[in-house]
Amino acid sequence: MQDVNNIKITAEIVKEHGLTPGEYDRIVGAMGREPNYTELGIYSVMWSEHCSYKSSRFHLKKLPTEAPWVICGPGENAGVIDIGDGQAVIFKMESHNHPSYIEPYQGAATGVGGILRDVFTMGARPVANMNALRFGEPDHPKTKHLLAGVVEGIGGYGNCVGVPTVGGETNFDPSYNGNILVNAMTVGVADKDKIFYCAAAGVGNPVVYVGSKTGRDGIHGATMASAEFTEDSEEKRPTVQVGDPFTEKLLIEACLELMDTDAIIAIQDMGAAGLTSSSVEMASKGGVGFELNLDKVPQREENMTPYEMCLSESQERMLMVLKPGREAMAHAIFEKWELDFAVIGEITDTGKLTLTFGGEVVGDMPIDSLVEDAPEYERPYVPTPKREVADVAAVNDLNQAVMDLVGGPHLCSRRWIWEQYDHMVMGDTIQRPGGDAAVVRVHGTDKALAISTDVTPRYCHADPVEGGRQAVAETWRNITAVGGTPLAITNGLNFGNPERTDIMGQFVGCLEGMGEACRALDYPIVSGNVSLYNETNGSGILPTPAIGGVGVMADSSKMATIGFKTAGDVIVLIGDTKDELGSSLYEREMVGNNTDNPSAPPHVDLALERRNGDFVRALIENGQVTTCHDLSDGGLVAALADMAISGGMGVSANVESDLPLHVALFSETQARYLIAAGAEAAEEIRKEAKDAGIPVQVLGTAGGDRFTINGGAVDVAMSELAAAHSDWMPSFMAKAS
Amino acid sequence: MKSAVIVFPGSNCDRDMAVALEKITGTKPLMVWHQEHTFDTVDFVALPGGFSYGDYLRCGAMSARSNVMKEVIKRAEDGVPTFGVCNGFQVLTETGLLPGALMRNANLHFVCKDVRMSVENTDTMFTSDYAGDSEITVPVAHHDGNYFADDDTLDRLEGEGQVAFRYLDDINGAQRGIAGITNARGNILGMMPHPERMIEPAFGGSDGRKLFTSVMNRLG
Amino acid sequence: MKARIHVTLKNGVLDPQGKAIEHALSNMGFGGVDAARQGKFIELDLVETDRDAAHASVDEMCRKLLANTVIENYSIELE
Repeated sequence: MQDVNNIKITAEIVKEHGLTPGEYDRIVGAMGREPNYTELGIYSVMWSEHCSYKSSRFHLKKLPTEAPWVICGPGENAGVIDIGDGQAVIFKMESHNHPSYIEPYQGAATGVGGILRDVFTMGARPVANMNALRFGEPDHPKTKHLLAGVVEGIGGYGNCVGVPTVGGETNFDPSYNGNILVNAMTVGVADKDKIFYCAAAGVGNPVVYVGSKTGRDGIHGATMASAEFTEDSEEKRPTVQVGDPFTEKLLIEACLELMDTDAIIAIQDMGAAGLTSSSVEMASKGGVGFELNLDKVPQREENMTPYEMCLSESQERMLMVLKPGREAMAHAIFEKWELDFAVIGEITDTGKLTLTFGGEVVGDMPIDSLVEDAPEYERPYVPTPKREVADVAAVNDLNQAVMDLVGGPHLCSRRWIWEQYDHMVMGDTIQRPGGDAAVVRVHGTDKALAISTDVTPRYCHADPVEGGRQAVAETWRNITAVGGTPLAITNGLNFGNPERTDIMGQFVGCLEGMGEACRALDYPIVSGNVSLYNETNGSGILPTPAIGGVGVMADSSKMATIGFKTAGDVIVLIGDTKDELGSSLYEREMVGNNTDNPSAPPHVDLALERRNGDFVRALIENGQVTTCHDLSDGGLVAALADMAISGGMGVSANVESDLPLHVALFSETQARYLIAAGAEAAEEIRKEAKDAGIPVQVLGTAGGDRFTINGGAVDVAMSELAAAHSDWMPSFMAKAS
Repeated sequence: MKSAVIVFPGSNCDRDMAVALEKITGTKPLMVWHQEHTFDTVDFVALPGGFSYGDYLRCGAMSARSNVMKEVIKRAEDGVPTFGVCNGFQVLTETGLLPGALMRNANLHFVCKDVRMSVENTDTMFTSDYAGDSEITVPVAHHDGNYFADDDTLDRLEGEGQVAFRYLDDINGAQRGIAGITNARGNILGMMPHPERMIEPAFGGSDGRKLFTSVMNRLG
Repeated sequence: MKARIHVTLKNGVLDPQGKAIEHALSNMGFGGVDAARQGKFIELDLVETDRDAAHASVDEMCRKLLANTVIENYSIELE
């Protein structure tokens, strides 16, 4: 077994490791010799797209990552922002797309486990999980199975570790038929002076392995996640890792307990490429070397080779550097929590990763070359062509359109999904799933965090720059709509094959738009993850830069929710409506869109976004409004329907507009909100808006048992609308496939 | 009122229970680790929700055999008020302190939502403050809350007033809609819904409070 | 010595997982399955070499932990 290192490295083996001949030559150059098999494996994962960001780094550097409240931006396990009172919020989003397609339960579960570790590694107690899910069209034979498995996996893991899954989004589109997207996000809270980083320090200090034992799980998962899917990758099942949320729960408690002492110098979770990437990262950040004795690695299976131990993706494991002399105390904590604890090496001054096994050196690589010499590609790209503004036709039956959209797969209630997640554990969830943003109180305070995940892939596909802007702006708007002040974002950038110039063009465009929005809204990017090669047999997904935004509210008792609260409350629309049905949900669902040449999506005016949003947030903060909803997919009608259904009462609205009615109702013009308040308060708000130069229109009142717009142009019974909204997903999932 | 919250590896509503007890009784509860053989004298013992031992083998099975449970059983048999929520209820049935078993939900899905319940017996030490309430709403969050017992046991539970709470809708397939039961003596309550998650309007209601205030009133 | 233990739900106890399996099989076009019951299989490596002693000890393990006799039956095979 040990003699895998005697295997002669051939061109074929290099290719199997996902390395190009040019990259291999670069390795030989960096090492001054041919690598052995174990070393090749280590280089292959460190230089994979997943670990090295070789196609994306050049462009990611252009994103804004700083603000006075940013404590730590991208580059660590997760981003850290200051929320005042000596507290910090630590959060990140990560994709687990390929594993979830192959084995939806375990793929999604381990995605949740991995992102939780990224957050508690830095000293935070995780307080909320979110997700952004994309599946193929509902009729595709795999969709139901994948959706059921992913939801069960997210719940199975999150429920058991006891971190509430408070929200997310779920979309369907044929482009995800063969390549679903599972992006998981974790938000944690830490004391500002108790944040842990991964830079190792102190020659001679012990390197400690804690958590689960190492098995042959997911070997080469990191390279799998960077290779395009083909039909036969469905055969790759054995490389999927299995999660153990019970161990993760113990690991959270043990790590947080140890973090309360002063024993830890550096800590890093073993994520993709396990032991290898964690030790390389810690050594690289600290500018030191690591010597690891692989015989000491706790092993679950027999006869594991150094190659397997280094590349295993067994879950629920962490690597730490401790202060000398603290091993026994740390060991006792992990023993209490029934977790493995092993000193497996020490820090050296060699600047190398040196691996010994059975008394022999089985790997010896310069750390710098593993990290800094990783190739960086400035891939050629072609910007997505500008799109024509569409003149989108009216439908004959508006009532039917309302019923079909609100009661269809894209706008229907996601209750079937989130009722399978424990969204209340930890006792601080004050806004449950189904609203604009989830709201979780900061434990023991009146403050709260508002969290939202969003992106509209239709827009990103039609116009990546607008789409990038819109994704950022929509999370900002959602956080605003509950009364939060948006602070920073994380992202899961899901794209197709970057070696294709048009895909690379989408990537560059989306990043450009995201960057603009972040700057304009003072809303920097503090962490994130890139997932490329999301395509099957050459057919790529819609560009999907999922954004996870986090905001804070000082007084959580002022929080707004979407449901109408009192019959007779006056409904007010904030923001102008334009003729922007291009690439809208209405266009795609009601008249059909041209996927090869989509129409221009709504324009995002960031200054307007900010002005309208700041106005609405002030209303909530002042206690003038507790009912608010932002407008997005499906436009005004969809938002009104959400508010009516959630509040359990009808609507009588009159929309005054120069636009054709179907445009006024379904246009997806950005920077708009609906609010509802008592008659006097609403009149006061209308005046304030007018004085501030904010477009405002009183639409009508909440109440009654019908959903009526413009004197019957739309008129459906609330009971029918609500039933259609709530029933689509459960009946879809109950249908035999 | 001095209480203890028993903490097993994998408990995850222990903090929620402690917060609720402190808020309502005014006294911070004692947190007792599962490996302890004994703990200070308390007036009330709570077994919290969660996934003790990952719910592996059977929910609550391994916790029911832990060191601390020997002591909990002894005290419960001596009459100390003992309260198990969700996983705590599962532990209580696994110890045999309460009859029956909790099986996988009939639709096989985890379910987390507010449920309507009737208080079937307001003469217990856990439910007296609910007298006059025709319906209460408290959330559930479980995968295995489908209460099962044989017909004789069910008849006995009903006849002796041991059914404390009953779901008003079918939530998990539980026999006769049983959501919570007491032992014959009335000092042990196990229930799947989480009253500790419904103790202030910000959570969507306060219907859970009365369970704790009932016990406080009884203990004086 | 190896002990193999099968834990199954008692007759008369509803087995939703078994029902789901039965349902799925019939949806997949497998006819002729009247009923499905799901159980657990547990394998133990024992130090004990005496069969009777092993059986007695495993039986106790089953009663005390491995099976919940309120709802489950068990059977033991020794090898």
